Amino acid sequence: MFLSRRDYLKAQAAAAAAAAAGISLPASAANILTGEGAKLNWSKAPCRFCGTGCSVMVGVKDGRVVATHGDVKAEVNRGLNCVKGYFLSKIMYGEDRLNQPLLRMKDGKFDKDGEFEPITWDAAFDIMAQKWKETLKKKGPTAVGMFGSGQWTIYEGYAASKLMKAGLRSNNLDPNARHCMASAVAGFMRTFGMDEPMGCYDDMEHADAFVLWGSNMAEMHPILWTRVTDRRLSHPGCKVAVLSTFEHRSFDLADIGLVFTPGSDLAILNYIANHIIKTGRVNKEFIEKHCNFKRGRDDIGYGLRPENPLEQKAKNAAKANDSDPITFDEFAKFVEPYTLDKAHELSGVPKNRLEALAELYADPKVKVVSFWTMGFNQHVRGVWANNLVYNIHLLTGKISQPGNGPFSLTGQPSACGTAREVGTFSHRLPADMVVTNPEHRKHAEEIWKLPEGTIPDKIGYHAVLQDRMLKDGKLNAYWVMCNNNMQTAPNTAKETFPGYRNPENFIVVSDPYPTVTALAADLILPTAMWVEKEGGYGNAERRTQLWRQLVDAPDGARSDLWQIMEFSKRFQIEEVWPEELLNKKPELRGKTLYDVLFRNGQVDRFPLSDLDPAYNNQEAKDAGFYVQKGLFEEYAAFGRGHGHDLAPFEQYHQERGLRWPVVDGKETKWRYREGSDPYVKAGEGMRFYGNKDGKANVFALPYEPPAEAPDADYPFWLSTGRVIEHWHSGSMTMRVPELRKAFPNAVVFMHPDDAKELNVRRGQEVRVTSRRGEVRVRVETRGRNKPPRGLVFVPFFDQTVLINKVTLDATDPISKQTDFKKCAVKITPVNA
Amino acid sequence: MKTRFLIAALALLAGVPALTIGVATNGVAADKPTATGTGTVGGIKVPSTNHPITLNVPAEATHREITDDQKRVRNYADQPPLIPHAIRDYQIDLNINKCLTCHDRRNTAGSQAPMLSVTHFQDRDGQTLGTVAARRYFCTQCHVPQTDAQPIVPNSFQDFDSVLGHAQGGQK
Repeated sequence: MFLSRRDYLKAQAAAAAAAAAGISLPASAANILTGEGAKLNWSKAPCRFCGTGCSVMVGVKDGRVVATHGDVKAEVNRGLNCVKGYFLSKIMYGEDRLNQPLLRMKDGKFDKDGEFEPITWDAAFDIMAQKWKETLKKKGPTAVGMFGSGQWTIYEGYAASKLMKAGLRSNNLDPNARHCMASAVAGFMRTFGMDEPMGCYDDMEHADAFVLWGSNMAEMHPILWTRVTDRRLSHPGCKVAVLSTFEHRSFDLADIGLVFTPGSDLAILNYIANHIIKTGRVNKEFIEKHCNFKRGRDDIGYGLRPENPLEQKAKNAAKANDSDPITFDEFAKFVEPYTLDKAHELSGVPKNRLEALAELYADPKVKVVSFWTMGFNQHVRGVWANNLVYNIHLLTGKISQPGNGPFSLTGQPSACGTAREVGTFSHRLPADMVVTNPEHRKHAEEIWKLPEGTIPDKIGYHAVLQDRMLKDGKLNAYWVMCNNNMQTAPNTAKETFPGYRNPENFIVVSDPYPTVTALAADLILPTAMWVEKEGGYGNAERRTQLWRQLVDAPDGARSDLWQIMEFSKRFQIEEVWPEELLNKKPELRGKTLYDVLFRNGQVDRFPLSDLDPAYNNQEAKDAGFYVQKGLFEEYAAFGRGHGHDLAPFEQYHQERGLRWPVVDGKETKWRYREGSDPYVKAGEGMRFYGNKDGKANVFALPYEPPAEAPDADYPFWLSTGRVIEHWHSGSMTMRVPELRKAFPNAVVFMHPDDAKELNVRRGQEVRVTSRRGEVRVRVETRGRNKPPRGLVFVPFFDQTVLINKVTLDATDPISKQTDFKKCAVKITPVNA
Repeated sequence: MKTRFLIAALALLAGVPALTIGVATNGVAADKPTATGTGTVGGIKVPSTNHPITLNVPAEATHREITDDQKRVRNYADQPPLIPHAIRDYQIDLNINKCLTCHDRRNTAGSQAPMLSVTHFQDRDGQTLGTVAARRYFCTQCHVPQTDAQPIVPNSFQDFDSVLGHAQGGQK
């Protein structure tokens, strides 16, 4: 019920009169609070959601977050947040926060088919340790695993990496970032020999043109989109090109909109390279000095299970990452067939738009930034797509200059900081090192003060393979942290769920909320989140940001870092390491993994007196030393002097983040360029020092079709993704009433003519069915996404529409990242 | 907590897409949902066969847009106001921004719509411009309409006044 304005004023006046009647007037106005009581404690923290890395000011009163707003001092967002960011205050206060460990039990004992019952933390670690030890004894370290997150703090990822790779001696550690930007990583490593973008967000204030390749920045990186919008609307002549398999909100700013047939982006990229060569716009001096040319393997398969016919017939599935050197002329010849006609034919994009796009790159006067996210990365040829966009920036020399450069955006808040830089992938170690390189392992063992040979040399199970191995009974003790993979993995009903319920397996899920993943677990651990702990994230532009613990977690909920460290106390070194390893360092005998990994004289070297007295720090107080600082400084030793330099820990608490490498207190905006990057010597001009010869690789790679395409039985393409209101699987944002009410359920976006042909109307319930599974969802024909005929889009945030029952577990064979953007489905009305 | 967890788990189990329980906003303690049909002792029954992934979950009914044109109390001063009217088919693109035809400073006398806040006239460096700042052009990045969908669980966020124990009882 609402009062009219007049009624409301009358009521207010009466109340004020009544209040004033019996009391003397206070010194200040009665209806505002002044002095100390009016003050909030404001502290900075990076946003909990996407890879943009906005800084947020968090207002705390009496131990509760009562307000948040965009940080005006932050370069990234200068006072802005997106709608999710503005509602961060509420993400911790969903009333179903977990605050007790829950174990499936029957008759007071663990039982896989039992009911969840509350237990103590002690009992939780007891049963976990028992299951891990049984598994290690029976099958060895390859049967234990962990699935982490690009939303883990740097400390959590680093501690997990130590626990798994050194302590338990298993490389079966992978982050959900595998689903998110593994193709970007492999693309960087193949082209530049070094991960992460060379440019930075400042490029947006300098560019003349922006090209979005499979990135809906308007919804997924909204604050970066405000910077692109600012430039487009205020810089004369600025142009925006947007490529996607369906029209979405980013098209609202597009001068050139290009909707292409799924997978044909590879052909468009090669056409642009061909166009640059044919029109004589190759920057010859640049490629001679700074580029090598290579021919990659083709016919590399689709990352499906090996018995799949598509894998059986792929001739290079086993050596997908190999390549041979070629000359520039050979490269030119390779891309020659990718004519305008061919690109048009494969993509369905009008020729004039393809030409206009190609000219943005070819014209030497236009400074152009390319952005991409999941459209490229979640692609069975995602690594190739990354390589091919680098090709066109390298051919023209438009790279790592203000306003010119390829820019791989990340999805998660610490996909860069935690998953990539810390190296929580199954093949990685910190600072771009890999487990297959003996020197890298040795270096890591030295820093960690461990005997040589501790870290296993075999690549562990990646995300999709972990699910397959759980199902097949080869991975048996499994810990899921800081992600909701039962909702977000591909082909979940067939490939993920069976592994969690496999009677041979024990599954632990740590989460603040009872997600669908938690409900599939055997043991659920209640977890502290975001500013309930001290943390650090690294964003898409190499910016590392740290924050303090601003409020306490609910009683009973503990951070992932605490959980990892406590669990490590349950293992005597003799229980997990073989004799021959122990013999190399007998002084470790009798110690626990906690002692070996975290009380090694480094992690525990900073006393509690180093804590900022203005803030609590639960983990440090429990450990008795400043654990985050110790972990950070030990970790930083990997990168300092190797192009990944981080500033001292304390400096990050003063700054709104710094972009690495940070040398002599100065951050680096453009890497590989003299004058901007301290690692490039005077006179070199430019040096791609990730590769030993200082050159970047231009790759000859063909167009190849997706793993599955529509046919008579399954006539539609299915693409999945996000919406601006919700973060990933919605476990946080769906608990914010305003965000839930803004976009309450997933819908299937489709073309009105397709709906008409199917005889369904907007709002009607349909089944979206693939060869793997189906969901029931309502039709949207007038929403923000406007697919072309023959394609539908379903967001994955909604736990009542588990669209990943439908998707296909095909991956890029090089990066092992899933293609969530392309599979075949049919649509049938419910009740028809 | 256990009961709340129970409810969420049961909702999933039953394939009930959302809980129809009171909204906990403005610091007013939400009505605690009460568990029905489950024991109060012991744990929550989540048998593998009834995990949500194994169920044929019907789509939730379409929710109605809230178009009552009433302002809602904000949770804190910096919260972008919610949009209390329909915006479907509003054009906001390179050609025109329909929102500004009412909410821009120049147009508010005619429309009687609230003027964009002063922050929307400031550029990245905090300088006030003569017109709306380009970086604020896409309104729906921060402002969203609401439907009558119920929260999936209550939220116990409390605003500043509620934390201090002197809530004004603002209308949400």
